[in-house]
Amino acid sequence: MVGAARWGHVGAGPMPRRQRKRFYQNVSISQGEGGFEINLDHRKLKTPQAKLFTVPSEALAIAVATEWDSQKDTIKFYTMHLTTLCNTALDNPTQRNKTQLIRAAVKFLETDTVCYRVEEPPALAELQKNEWDPVITWAEKRYNVTIGSSTSILGPNIPASTKETFVSHLASYNMWALQGIEFVITQLKSLILSMSLIDRHITVEKAVLLSRLEEEYQIQRWGNVEWAHDYDLCELRARTAAGTLFVHLCSESSSVKHKLLQD
Amino acid sequence: MAAPGAPLRTLRALLRELRRAAGRSYRDSPAYRHVLAAFRAHRVTSEKLCRAQQELHFQAATYLCLLRSVREHEALHREYHGRGERSPQEVAGLVGFRLPQQPGGKG
Repeated sequence: MVGAARWGHVGAGPMPRRQRKRFYQNVSISQGEGGFEINLDHRKLKTPQAKLFTVPSEALAIAVATEWDSQKDTIKFYTMHLTTLCNTALDNPTQRNKTQLIRAAVKFLETDTVCYRVEEPPALAELQKNEWDPVITWAEKRYNVTIGSSTSILGPNIPASTKETFVSHLASYNMWALQGIEFVITQLKSLILSMSLIDRHITVEKAVLLSRLEEEYQIQRWGNVEWAHDYDLCELRARTAAGTLFVHLCSESSSVKHKLLQD
Repeated sequence: MAAPGAPLRTLRALLRELRRAAGRSYRDSPAYRHVLAAFRAHRVTSEKLCRAQQELHFQAATYLCLLRSVREHEALHREYHGRGERSPQEVAGLVGFRLPQQPGGKG
């Protein structure tokens, strides 16, 4: 068995390498004791910390296998978002437990993008109001909470009861799904947009657009720079889509191996 | 629920992305077969509106977004960020010079 996924530890060199040559012909999945495993030829995929790579959902395993099979001459790890998310769930490199993850996620509400408003220029303030108010209204209705928005530098004043509601809602997700949720929140810089996305109220494209509202406004005004703007846009879309898919595939009770998801 | 557009269009676009990613043997790839099987099982058409189908459609649209964005990001990376430094020969060539083959600048 080879630590195939330990990019950075394979071969000599102090810096983790972003790429290495594709060293396998066939990618397949198999079912083991703990869940679904990925096979690169005859080798079983391992995590960066050398654990056996096992995922609780067959659909997720298939998607991960597809990432590995899509690599051409070189393995571009920075494009393999689902693999990365699984590795994070399996290794838990930041050593956070469920409570800490939930706390980190809900803390984002205090600086939530959609709640933090500008006053200048008026056109941007208007755009924020028109695009972000509906999402806040949706969240307030859906979760029966008060959120609001603010132009103050301190941000919105979120009532403790609102935070508690989100804490208990997030507690209903298993550890894997929570890793995914926290990832999406850090990408979109918004708990509200993330919940809107995970509750399937908006699409990934819309969530990313709303997250990048100010950038989009500046692009409209000053023009688009493909190598920067589009590059960032595609990367954010890819990561957000991966995170969302990851959450949904880890939450489906029908296809999930519960033993692996023990908190 | 979101994921606008007809489910069939999403399915077709998703299968196209999978074909791009897989190469020649795309029909045998687990992802291709899984997506087709899932759509057949739920028989996604525009008439039916059951929750499971909507969830499947949203998942398909999300996966499509992932595949498409990764491909586009990769293309942009290759175009703008992948080239690295030019070799000394290339730099010399930019201003019409050639590097000397012998020491002392001769030849």
